[in-house]
Amino acid sequence: MTAILTNLFDGVAYGMLLFVLACGLAVTLGLMNFVNLAHGAFAMAGGYVCMVLVNRMGWPFFAALPLAFVSAAAIGIVLERTLYRHLYARSHLDQVLFTIGLTFMSVAAVDYIQGSSRVFINLPAALQGQFDLFGVGIGRYRLMIIVICGLLTIALQMVLAKTRFGSRLRAAVDDPRAASGLGINVPQVFAFTFAFGCGLAGLGGALSAEILGLDPYFPLKFMIYFLIVVTVGGSSSITGPFLASLLLGIGDVAGKYYVPKMGPFVIYTMMIVILIWRPNGLFGRTAAR
Amino acid sequence: MFERKQLSHKATWAAAVAAIAGLAGLSPAKAQDSVKIGLILPMTGGQASTGKQIENAIKLYMQQKGDTVAGKKIEIIVKDDAAIPDKTKTAAQELIVNDKVNFIAGFGVTPAALAAAPLATQAKIPEVVMAAGTSIITERSPYIVRTSFTLAQSSTIIGDWAVKNGIKKVATLTSDYAPGNDALNFFKQHFTAGGGEVVEEVKVPLQNPDFAPFLQRMKDAKPDAIFVFVPAGQGGNFMKQYAERGLDKAGIKVIGPGDVTDDDLLNNMGDAVLGTVTAHLYSAAHPSQMNKDFVAAYKKAFGNRPGFMAVGGYDGIHLIYEALKKTSGDTNGDKLIEAMKGQKWESPRGPISIDPETRDIVQNIYIRKVEKVDGELYNVEFATFEAVKDLGKTKK
Repeated sequence: MTAILTNLFDGVAYGMLLFVLACGLAVTLGLMNFVNLAHGAFAMAGGYVCMVLVNRMGWPFFAALPLAFVSAAAIGIVLERTLYRHLYARSHLDQVLFTIGLTFMSVAAVDYIQGSSRVFINLPAALQGQFDLFGVGIGRYRLMIIVICGLLTIALQMVLAKTRFGSRLRAAVDDPRAASGLGINVPQVFAFTFAFGCGLAGLGGALSAEILGLDPYFPLKFMIYFLIVVTVGGSSSITGPFLASLLLGIGDVAGKYYVPKMGPFVIYTMMIVILIWRPNGLFGRTAAR
Repeated sequence: MFERKQLSHKATWAAAVAAIAGLAGLSPAKAQDSVKIGLILPMTGGQASTGKQIENAIKLYMQQKGDTVAGKKIEIIVKDDAAIPDKTKTAAQELIVNDKVNFIAGFGVTPAALAAAPLATQAKIPEVVMAAGTSIITERSPYIVRTSFTLAQSSTIIGDWAVKNGIKKVATLTSDYAPGNDALNFFKQHFTAGGGEVVEEVKVPLQNPDFAPFLQRMKDAKPDAIFVFVPAGQGGNFMKQYAERGLDKAGIKVIGPGDVTDDDLLNNMGDAVLGTVTAHLYSAAHPSQMNKDFVAAYKKAFGNRPGFMAVGGYDGIHLIYEALKKTSGDTNGDKLIEAMKGQKWESPRGPISIDPETRDIVQNIYIRKVEKVDGELYNVEFATFEAVKDLGKTKK
């Protein structure tokens, strides 16, 4: 029984992490209809910024996390203004080629500056180890991930559903022409959304260094996971990728625990089964856009 | 007019400079007077640290010993294969056909070493393996010589050691690829033969993001120790999650071949790694004077500690130098291989030799424990198994 709960806990933490990493991609792919394979590069940027601040400059971990978000978002907005926006109207193939090129450049750049070996972020002692809650082993770091990501998800949902910006964004996505006719500055809304998505990836990158490992190949290694989350979840809302992340996180952890021989395949099997059942993802729109 | 004059003036100068440079370059590098070594290494990709260590070590060796042997100038040509066997093969072909190299060397991973094997046989030139560690490699071509290690060497030793030191129940966690399976099988053979019991056996995928579920399984199996083999880069993540899950507090030790506590990464792993016992060929803390000098020179030149990959490269280039000395500069492949067989020398890792029968390395395997020395983490050696041959050959 406690084994089940521990696995559930680990799975939720893993899923939450996947969500923060991938939800920016859900936004660009689903809302802006732009294929951004360089998403992982922003996550890596956030991770490395956090590492440099904490390890080399002695910042406390919790002060470096927001900086990871801000720096990834800043890089995002610069690239969006200078490069990405020229490709919004181009074909998906052009977008894929452009962003994959960007990914390779980021890998080479980080390898050149920081070296190719894996880096770790020095954690405060309070976040290390595990404690027992009614016999269930709870990892402190994973608990923190669940709390941070849980709060973020609620905040995101609120912003999208309740605020003026949220309704502008939804309008801009549904019908960009009508929205700009109504006086909504569509490019600005997209730019802001894009930057925010990059920021979230940066935060995810900083949080994931401890669990997934951070090295210059991060964007390539985890690209598949991001894409699985978005395809399975469907890209029309925040809830879809969120539930998909949780499902995949728990499935992956449980699969590796109970059938370790099949472990690595569980996540792919789930994806195939779900996509056969619902080709547009769990919460996809039925009509193609 | 003025402009043109200036241009031609410049051109004359350039031509003169080029001519001088050409003359200077020509005299020592006549074709017959140089020996070319094609170095195929992963300089990019997940194994890049292996490639960099080997390249560094070779540079260091050539700085120390000079770049001329038996009257021949040594020329190194580095090619990056990113540890992808197809690229290794292309690189080896180019080196052999276009550059006419006399040796191919390097090889970060087993598949890369195997991909080049038929080419070495065809071209009749020595292939010096400086990193890859699966036993079968040297059987694939009579021209392959190895200066790194085999996983059988360290895995059998740690298996024997564990049974004799009160570890009765072991759970294993190994990466699911050829070296991982080698490590697992040789460990199991020796550990169970001595009366130990393997209570849980998990193979983790090579590209594994999260060890958590596997570690939980280990914890629930309640073994005395976990036997771990993961590729060098993943050791840090493994150790961190091992501590996070409280396996250290549950009294479960970590044992294994030394890849998990590679010197390259060891110092960043945190205190959880303290007390880990591994069997391996090299530690940067090896107490010989030669190693102290080697570590100091390497640190001075490249700013970090050498790991076992660097030593493989250092000894590899040494073997090439010695072979050339013995043939007095003759670059006939068969003669070079003959000259390499049975070579014995003192390496930073300790005394080593090349087995004349298998062309594989014979070396001491040390049992080490991770301890803090002057505020840094090191593998401190406390027991030695002398002159260990590779036990993993299929043809006995």
